[in-house]
Amino acid sequence: MAQYVLKRLLGAIPTLLFVVVLSFLLVHAAPGGPFDEERVLPDAVAANIEAYYHLDESLPKQFVRYLSGVLQGDFGPSYRYRDHTVSELIADAFPLSIRLGVMAIIVGVVIGVGLGTLAALKQNTVTDRVAMGFAMSGISIPIFVIAPLLVLFLAVKLNWLPAGWSGSSGVSRMLLPVIALALPQIAYISRLTRASMIDVLGSGFIRTARAQGLGTYAVVRYHAMKPAMLPVLSYMGPAIASVLTGSVVVEQIFGIPGLGQFFVTGALNRDYTLVLGIVIFYAALIVLLNLIVDILYGVIDPRVRYR
Amino acid sequence: MSLLNICQLGIRYGDVVAVDDLSFAIDSGESVGLVGESGSGKTQTALAILGLLPATAEISGSIKFAGEEFVGADDRAFDKLRATRVSIVFQDPTQALNPYLRIGEQLRRILIAHNIAAGAEADARVIETLESVGLPDPKRQSGAYPHQLSGGMRQRAMIASALITSPDLLIADEPTTALDVTVQAQILELLDTIRKDTALLLITHDLGVVAGHCDRMLVLENGGLVESGATRQVFGTPKCAHTVSLLEAAPRLKQSIAPQPVSGKALLRVDGASVSYREPGYGRLHAVKSVDLALRKGETVAIVGESGSGKSSLVRALLGLVAAESGAVSFLGETLPRDARSRRQQIRRELQLIFQDPAGSLNPQMRVSDIVVEPLSVHEPSLDRRACRERVIRILEQVDLGAEFLQRYPHELSGGQAQRVAIARALIVEPKVLICDEAVAALDGTVREQILKLLQDIQGRTGLSILFISHDLGVVSSISHRVLVMYLGRLVECADGQTVFGSPKHPYTRALIDAVPVPDPEAGIAHTSLSGEVPSILSPPTGCAFHPRCAYAESRCTTELPAPTAIGATTVCCHRATEIDLQA
Repeated sequence: MAQYVLKRLLGAIPTLLFVVVLSFLLVHAAPGGPFDEERVLPDAVAANIEAYYHLDESLPKQFVRYLSGVLQGDFGPSYRYRDHTVSELIADAFPLSIRLGVMAIIVGVVIGVGLGTLAALKQNTVTDRVAMGFAMSGISIPIFVIAPLLVLFLAVKLNWLPAGWSGSSGVSRMLLPVIALALPQIAYISRLTRASMIDVLGSGFIRTARAQGLGTYAVVRYHAMKPAMLPVLSYMGPAIASVLTGSVVVEQIFGIPGLGQFFVTGALNRDYTLVLGIVIFYAALIVLLNLIVDILYGVIDPRVRYR
Repeated sequence: MSLLNICQLGIRYGDVVAVDDLSFAIDSGESVGLVGESGSGKTQTALAILGLLPATAEISGSIKFAGEEFVGADDRAFDKLRATRVSIVFQDPTQALNPYLRIGEQLRRILIAHNIAAGAEADARVIETLESVGLPDPKRQSGAYPHQLSGGMRQRAMIASALITSPDLLIADEPTTALDVTVQAQILELLDTIRKDTALLLITHDLGVVAGHCDRMLVLENGGLVESGATRQVFGTPKCAHTVSLLEAAPRLKQSIAPQPVSGKALLRVDGASVSYREPGYGRLHAVKSVDLALRKGETVAIVGESGSGKSSLVRALLGLVAAESGAVSFLGETLPRDARSRRQQIRRELQLIFQDPAGSLNPQMRVSDIVVEPLSVHEPSLDRRACRERVIRILEQVDLGAEFLQRYPHELSGGQAQRVAIARALIVEPKVLICDEAVAALDGTVREQILKLLQDIQGRTGLSILFISHDLGVVSSISHRVLVMYLGRLVECADGQTVFGSPKHPYTRALIDAVPVPDPEAGIAHTSLSGEVPSILSPPTGCAFHPRCAYAESRCTTELPAPTAIGATTVCCHRATEIDLQA
């Protein structure tokens, strides 16, 4: 087991390196630089700033300098938020983003699994069709359409919830962003759960459990739930990635000062170090969470052996 | 009043009638055999008793248990019947037990669901029940997952789950079909001994099983009851033609039916073949250890052994599908490369193969004509369409299928027809050797006999050599010129068919012969001559691998590997082959 974890962690190194190289090249390939503004700086000042941040060096040289910093845990200074390092900015903004993300995932799993199980048990009935119709629309409508619609109806028209982040406080301002983030997850997870639950309910050991006089609740709770959750668990890796991507849009729409918003402004400002830092941080996070998912897989399925 | 009373039961799926006008009764404590071929409605009847049929089934007639009507009853009524009054043991414990739950937990859930016991009391009852079905170290096994148990132990756990509630009726649906032959006898014996006052409905396709274990028997054909009566009476004076044909198809071991040995030079030889696989976490798994084999023209050689005996690995090495670790395969005197990809196409053509599951080995999206012609397009690409078609029709005729089958898809074929198509596909390129890997194991008795007869006919006409792999000595007894018995990767006995069945020299061969249930109620139950199960090939016993299960083992058997010795016509690997008498 420890050997397996170590192997996976070592295996993540080339992945992360690839992410670093690719995003470094992409960021630098974008036209303009971090200090290009409408007001053109005097040449001497610009040269001075570029020299200070080593932007006058060749690209490979810059890359080596950046990478050696990252390896020492230093993502460098932000080019725009002059008084902060990238690490500081991430440490500031990440707790808010992760809170949103975790809540969205929890809501997505709880409601998604519930809906999916219900649909599987009531297969081909009206309940099933309504639940799956809802899921289908959740998958097909993009988050940047859902979020404004939620604001329009629940905040502007009905005035139940605050429309934005600033100017309100407490749980109420979290609700709309979480719902917007969770809806696609609910949709996807309920479809996954329905399919795998139908599959499991048709298997031999469920027939045995029913032959043993276990009622529907006991059959689902004790016999079917665990195996039916395996595909959902596998989806958790991509789900987390998709929530993180979604949070970039959602934070922008609701004006939430999270990591996603820093990412967007950083990209617009050519704040090379900030964008790179967030990309690497997210990549490492996703790799780690995927590893945890794979380990949990073995907890549910006793036949999985790690090697 | 009967315990179970079924009256004019009908089960339909749309226009398909699964069970029609079936009536029978079971009294308390009685054991009744329900016999029939696949599709005769046996399992449908069992599922109907427990209310487990799919919603699409239309049920008519009456099923009364202790006077209460259960046709049309709701799940609530069935939940009270299930387990507490009627339990069922399914065919394959690998699928019938939940792989994600510990054995003890699965049993405990039953007690909790029926408010029989909970907490420590339930745990105690679980362990007690597991012990009663002969599970060694029940405390530890109750914490095991199903995949950690052997096949036989799994089925014991399944039986424990059925009996933990002391039901009035136990339904056993082909309870031994998925198990190794030597384990089969143990499980049947267990069912006899531990059910006490519980009535038994034993569903099986195997008349040998019914003969030894049931007071009464019912014979089903196409969903209808064709014969019923005391077991002795049905076996002695069967009234119905279908019963007669079932009785004739039941495997019997008779020395006299084994064909005369064939002489001549070997066509195909295997010398000292060993096969091993890398098993992560274990090192190397030695599946086959220095096995010799010779196959002559027109000869049928049977390779017999239980799971883990290495029979399939041996065949794969012979075909070059896995590279043998050592040893040589030669065909017509020419030594073949170990890897099939380096063999000449002509050689590959000469060795053809058919598999256990006929439907699974045919592409469901191809028509019979395309399936059968495919090998021709590989080995004789110059043939034009008309010639191909003629060859296909000719070969289908040889396997007794008419031209009307050409346009059919595999799902439109019965099991026997599908296996005939598979044989036609193998024989269309006119190979010298046909390898049959458990080729009749999935077929009904009467169909099995037809396929064996067909293979024999073709051999008589064309001089085809057949290598026949089977776990069941009974199946091969009528067709085998020579028999090789394998145990844990090694050859333990090798002789011509008549000698093997008439005077076996190895205790394992004797046990395999005894394990074939005799379809004769007068013969009495063959007592299990073997305890335990086949050990894991990952850690085979030292010395003679068979010694932990052998009644004749002495100290040297535990340390020294017995060398092959010739006794008369037999080559046997046993230290005590000359001392012990296995005739009885």
